[in-house]
Amino acid sequence: MSAPRELPIATNGDVVVVRQQTRSLAAEIGLSLVDQTKIVTAASELARNALVHAGGGRVLIEVLEGGRRPGLRLVFTDEGPGIPDIEQALTEGWSTAGGLGLGLSGSRRLVDEFDLVSAPGEGTRVTVTKWAR
Amino acid sequence: MTVPAEAARRRIVDLFLSSEERLLQRWTQVSGASPDELRDLYQALRTALGSEDGDFADVRGLLAELSRARARQGHTPSDTARLVFSLKEALYEVAEADGGPEALRGFVWFSRLVDDLGLFTFETYSAAREKIILDQTEQLLELSTPVVKLWEGIVAVPLVGTLDSARTQVVMEKLLQTLVDTGSEHAVIDITGVPAVDTQVAQHLLKTVVAARLMGAECVISGIRPQIAHTIVTLGIEFGDIVTKASLADALSYALRRSGVEIAGAAKTRIAVRAERA
Repeated sequence: MSAPRELPIATNGDVVVVRQQTRSLAAEIGLSLVDQTKIVTAASELARNALVHAGGGRVLIEVLEGGRRPGLRLVFTDEGPGIPDIEQALTEGWSTAGGLGLGLSGSRRLVDEFDLVSAPGEGTRVTVTKWAR
Repeated sequence: MTVPAEAARRRIVDLFLSSEERLLQRWTQVSGASPDELRDLYQALRTALGSEDGDFADVRGLLAELSRARARQGHTPSDTARLVFSLKEALYEVAEADGGPEALRGFVWFSRLVDDLGLFTFETYSAAREKIILDQTEQLLELSTPVVKLWEGIVAVPLVGTLDSARTQVVMEKLLQTLVDTGSEHAVIDITGVPAVDTQVAQHLLKTVVAARLMGAECVISGIRPQIAHTIVTLGIEFGDIVTKASLADALSYALRRSGVEIAGAAKTRIAVRAERA
């Protein structure tokens, strides 16, 4: 259908673009309205995380086909300071940026697959996938 | 074979000055721009090249004006830059026809000059575009946050679009100020037009509600669509004791009830039947 798209995340405006692109692709592969909103919200959280904690990064948006159902995969990468304690970062209410502390843990619940790879000084990569139902 | 740089420059300038008609004709053809625009540019270049100190201020001024006009008309930056760069192609034909080593070496110097001017248009173009975007952002910020009075003592803020920190700031200030100005005790924040509520948006909303509360006003958040409700629950955001409603109408009737206004149904026709005893 469409080739993977890579988008930069450097400003608040870029977060909006990531949201819009995610929404249009999610609609294209036939995600329900609820699922569209969920993946869009997760994209918004993760893009903002990259912006706030790492000063920017990029996202690869990919439509997964060939399986039983189509899916949407988003890979957020940044070269920021990394997360020293992943367990803690995924704890509800834990925030180092003065937020609600629900972004990362909430995003995990919003998607079907969630993978977080990070180490101090090595940046962070978050991969999320939502399958059509 | 070496050619003195000074002689090369003189030669190409001579060629440039002497073949006005041919250059203009070819330049118009390659760039697709209007001949009048190019004639003005040519005249300015002519003056600049003819002057002792090589003052290109006029040329730059003209190019800046041209780029700005084109940015507003929605031309691409490449189009605008191509207009300048295509002068090289036109002049190259003249230099080739001349064939002398001075002319060709001079052409290299001239093309560097044109490159500089082309880059200059590019910069002016993006600066002009940036300015347009900045203006629009400011206008949007002002336009998109009206606070409307729904009833005596009830105001509403219909939010549309993305809520970022800057906009929330504006919304919050406006709402709080309107609460004071109108002496309202109820505020409805309608988020029907907000496409996604993530933790940042939720946090902004919560802060606005708390601020309004500090001023003695009660806030209702309305316009929570099913998919938004679903997402908020999954994210784990708690709105606590803040009153939320599905639609603006629900929120209004709630606020009216809270402020003691009673709504009577439409007056029904009353039919009285009286039996008369004969």
